[in-house]
Amino acid sequence: MGMSFPTEVAADIGFSQPSRSFWAVVGRRLRRDPLTVACGLILLAIILCAIFAPWIAPADPYKTSMAYRLRPPGDPRFLLGSDELGRDLLSRLIYGGRLSIFMGFAPVFLATLIGTTLGIIAGYAGGTINALIMRAIDVFYAFPSVLLAVAISGVLGAGLVNTIIAMTLVFIPPIARITESVATQVRSQDFIKAAQATGASGTSIVLGHVMANVTGPVLSYASSLVSVAIVMASGLSFLGLGVTPPEPEWGLMLNTLRQSIYAAPINAILPGVMIFVTSICLSLMSDGLRQAMDVKQ
Amino acid sequence: MLVYIARRILLTLPIAIGVSLVCFALIHLAPGDPLSAVLPEGASSEVIARVREAYGFDRPLPVQYLIWLKHVLVGDFGTSIITRRPVTAELAPAIANTMAVAAVAVVIGFAAGIVMGCVSGYRIGKPADRLVSTIALSGVAIPHYWLGMVLIVVFGVQFNILPTSGMGDGGIGSLFTTWNGFLHLLLPAVTLSVIPASIIARSVRGAVAEVLKQDHIQTLYAKGLAPTRVFRHVMKNALATLLALMGLQFAQLLGGSILVETVFAWPGTGFLLNTAIFTRDLPLLQGIILALAMMFVVINLFVDVLQTVVDPRIKRI
Repeated sequence: MGMSFPTEVAADIGFSQPSRSFWAVVGRRLRRDPLTVACGLILLAIILCAIFAPWIAPADPYKTSMAYRLRPPGDPRFLLGSDELGRDLLSRLIYGGRLSIFMGFAPVFLATLIGTTLGIIAGYAGGTINALIMRAIDVFYAFPSVLLAVAISGVLGAGLVNTIIAMTLVFIPPIARITESVATQVRSQDFIKAAQATGASGTSIVLGHVMANVTGPVLSYASSLVSVAIVMASGLSFLGLGVTPPEPEWGLMLNTLRQSIYAAPINAILPGVMIFVTSICLSLMSDGLRQAMDVKQ
Repeated sequence: MLVYIARRILLTLPIAIGVSLVCFALIHLAPGDPLSAVLPEGASSEVIARVREAYGFDRPLPVQYLIWLKHVLVGDFGTSIITRRPVTAELAPAIANTMAVAAVAVVIGFAAGIVMGCVSGYRIGKPADRLVSTIALSGVAIPHYWLGMVLIVVFGVQFNILPTSGMGDGGIGSLFTTWNGFLHLLLPAVTLSVIPASIIARSVRGAVAEVLKQDHIQTLYAKGLAPTRVFRHVMKNALATLLALMGLQFAQLLGGSILVETVFAWPGTGFLLNTAIFTRDLPLLQGIILALAMMFVVINLFVDVLQTVVDPRIKRI
C-alpha cells in the first residue's frame, strides 16, 4: 500500500470541485431526464388515487343500476361511462388500481425474498446443494412463463392468493439464477477469503459481503419485473383466473366488458389503458432510475 | 461438434424428466381427490374402479408416476373428461393452429424488428433512435390481450373490414391459400408479433451498434463500400443471434398465446387450455402443458445446436 494518493485519485476526490454525495448525483441526473420524472409522477398519481379511492372516487364502485348500463364516456352521471352492470367506470378504475398494483408488487416481492435466499444458499454452499437447487430451477425455466402461470393458477383455481402463488413461482427461477451467479463469483474473491481468515462465521459473511454484492443486480432486475407482473396478473384476471367478481380490478373489468365490445367499444378498452399506462411508466421509470443510479457512468 | 450436440441432448434429458414430474404433480396439486379430477361426472362404480386401476391411484406416488410416464411415452396422454376423446386427438389440431399463427407472428415480428433495430442502431442517441427505443419498450410493456381488443375495436367495430373471431370455415388449410383465411389470420398474428418485434428490435439495435464500432467496418467504409453493402456485413455478424432469438420467441409464443387466442377465439392450444381449465378437464390440461413444455425444451435445444452450427465463433465443447 502506497502512502500517498495517486494523482488521479486525488483529483477525483476533488480538491478543485465540491464533492457530491450519491443521491446528489442521482438527483442531478434525474433533473435532466424529464421522461423518468414524468413517469414517476404519473405512477404516483395512480397509486395515490388507489390508496385514497374512497375519497376520490365519485361513486360506489359496487353499486349497479340496470337502467344505466353501458353509458358512453361523457354522460353527466358517469364521467367515463358505465359498465355492463351500470357501475361507474371511473370509480371502478380508481378502485381497480388497488388490486392490480398490489398483484404486480406482491409476487415480485415474494419471489425476490425466496429467489435471493435460494440463490445465495446455492452460490455460497456450492457443490451438491448448488446442483440440487439449480437443477430444480432449470426445470421451471423449461416452461414458457405465461404457460406456467396459467397452468398453476388454472389448477389451483381462481382467487387472489392463488394468483400470487402462481406468479411468485414463475418469478423465483430468474431471480435465483441471477443471485446464484453473483454469489458464486463473490465466493471466490479475496475479500471473502480474508473475512474467513479473520474468523468471520459463514452466516456473517453471507449477510455482510454476499448480500451487499447481490442486492444491486437483484433489485435492478426485480424492479423491471414489476411492470411484467402487472401485465401478467391482469392477464390472469382477464382469463378469469385471478380476482373474482365483483371486485374492481383492471384485468377482470376487461374480461367482463369484452362481451360488450360491439355495443360500447370505448368502455371496453378503458381498463386496458390503465394497465398499459401503469406498466409502461413502471418500465420507463425503472430504466431511467437504473441509469441515474449507475455509479460506473 | 458432434460430441457437443450429443452432450447437449444428454443434458436435456434430466430437464425433460423434471418437466414431466411437474406436469404429473399438477394433477395432485389440484384441490380435491385426484381420482375425482380425472373421472367424468356421475361415473358408475365400475368406471371408477377401472380408472383407479388404470391410473394406479391406489399405489404409491412414484409408481403412479412411472405408470403415467409409460403411457405418455407411447403417446397416450389419457382421455378428455368432457369430450371422452383421447387428449392427443384434441391436442393435434390445436397445436397446428397455434403454430400457424405463431409462425406468421414471428415472421412479421422479425421483419418489423429488423427495420426498427436498424433505424435505431445506425442512429444511436438521435431522435429516431429514441423514438424507436420507446416504441420497442412499449411493445414489451403493452398488455397484448388489450392490444388485441383495441385492434378489434378499430378494424372490426369502427371500420368493420377484418374478421375478429375464429379462423373461418376452411380450417387450417385455408389460412394460407384463401383470402378469407388470410384475413382471419391477420389480427391475431399482428397482435402476437408485437413482443417478438420489440425484442428483436432491441437486439438488432445492439448488434448493429456493436458491429459498426468494429475496425473492419471502418475499413469497409474507408475503401468506399456503399452503406447497403456494409449492411450485409452487419447482418452477417448478427445473424446467429437473431436466428436464436427468433426460435426462442416462436417457442414462447406457442405457450404464451393463450391470452391472444382467447381474445380472437382462435382454436389453438391456448384456447383449448382455457377450455380445459374452466371445465376442470385435468387430463386435457395436463396433456396440453406437457406437450407445450416439451416443445419448448426441444425448440430450445434445436436453437442452441443450430446456433453452434451457424456461428463458428461459438465454440462449445
